[in-house]
Amino acid sequence: MSLLLQILLTFSILSLLAVGGANAVLPEMHRQVVELRGWLDDATFAQLYALAQAAPGPNILVASVMGWRIAGVAGMAMATLGMLAPAAVLAWGMAGLTHRLRGAPWLKPAQAGLVPVAIGLILAAGITMAQAAHSHGVPMLLIVAASTLFVWRTDRSPLWVLAGGGIIGALLL
Amino acid sequence: MPAATATPETRIPGRIELFLTYLKIGLLGFGGVAAWARHVIVEERRWLTERDYAQILGLGQVLPGPNVGNAAVMIGRRFHGLTGALLATAGIYAAPLCILVGLCLLYDRYGQLPQVAPVMEGIAAAAAGMVIGTAFKMTSRLKLEPEALLILLLAALAAAMLRLPLPLIVLVLAPVSIACALRRARQAGEEPSGARTR
Repeated sequence: MSLLLQILLTFSILSLLAVGGANAVLPEMHRQVVELRGWLDDATFAQLYALAQAAPGPNILVASVMGWRIAGVAGMAMATLGMLAPAAVLAWGMAGLTHRLRGAPWLKPAQAGLVPVAIGLILAAGITMAQAAHSHGVPMLLIVAASTLFVWRTDRSPLWVLAGGGIIGALLL
Repeated sequence: MPAATATPETRIPGRIELFLTYLKIGLLGFGGVAAWARHVIVEERRWLTERDYAQILGLGQVLPGPNVGNAAVMIGRRFHGLTGALLATAGIYAAPLCILVGLCLLYDRYGQLPQVAPVMEGIAAAAAGMVIGTAFKMTSRLKLEPEALLILLLAALAAAMLRLPLPLIVLVLAPVSIACALRRARQAGEEPSGARTR
């Protein structure tokens, strides 16, 4: 099997395991890409992960960067397609299913039941990010707290706090 | 019949608006794309109510893949079928992919990224607050029941403090949470409390 097909297949499987997003599947990605296939070494894997974090957007795109490193532009295309397509098809199917069942009396409560889990995991992502920020010094926690209050209590664009955070970071660090 | 009958306070986007808005979400989504997606869709564009968006995001959460990416597929489909799903998906990934290609080229050439660390760290700290603030805001606006709040806190604790695998957390807490919500609904019984849903 050609390398590109292997990349497509490997990331397609990872896509279906990624309940909770990229961070959930990172250990398995490491096992596949570094330990089983030997496409990347440990240090490169870590560096590419950091590289993907520097870009905006869903961090599932870490797969794209890995694909790039393994087989250039075509590798990037295959890894991205593999990582996105299976999950997107499932989401499409789920949207159709909920639409078809929309009259069912149990559907709304069942869907409502997923909401606290989703919000809890968003909160967890924020706490994890705050812990990472803390490692750069206690003042960083003040930025976290101020930004939390701003986004929670106002309806203004979060762009203001991100810009403010960048400026304070440049002044303090 | 359109899939989405807009309530008075929400509006249905056109195809171009769908794409451009998701393009913006992808471009702005440093660190916390979930926070940006919610801000733009619920507060800025008013495509969906807080509750509708939270429910779509909840479904996106239990499916594999990024919750916001899954939500983009479902929201795109809701407004414009297959075209909408493709447009929303293309929009959310287009800008980040282009930026990633740029970063990869820099990385290939220099072996490391240019040092703008302090600014990035300040932005990352603010992004952490943005994500936490979004979770607080959704919670306070949705007026969750006590048991739902408990599940929310358990999920956060399990993921952020105990560092349990996310699939495990979802697999355990989602059925419990759904059971609680169904029980509430049954207790509410024939009370016309759900009649507000038009």
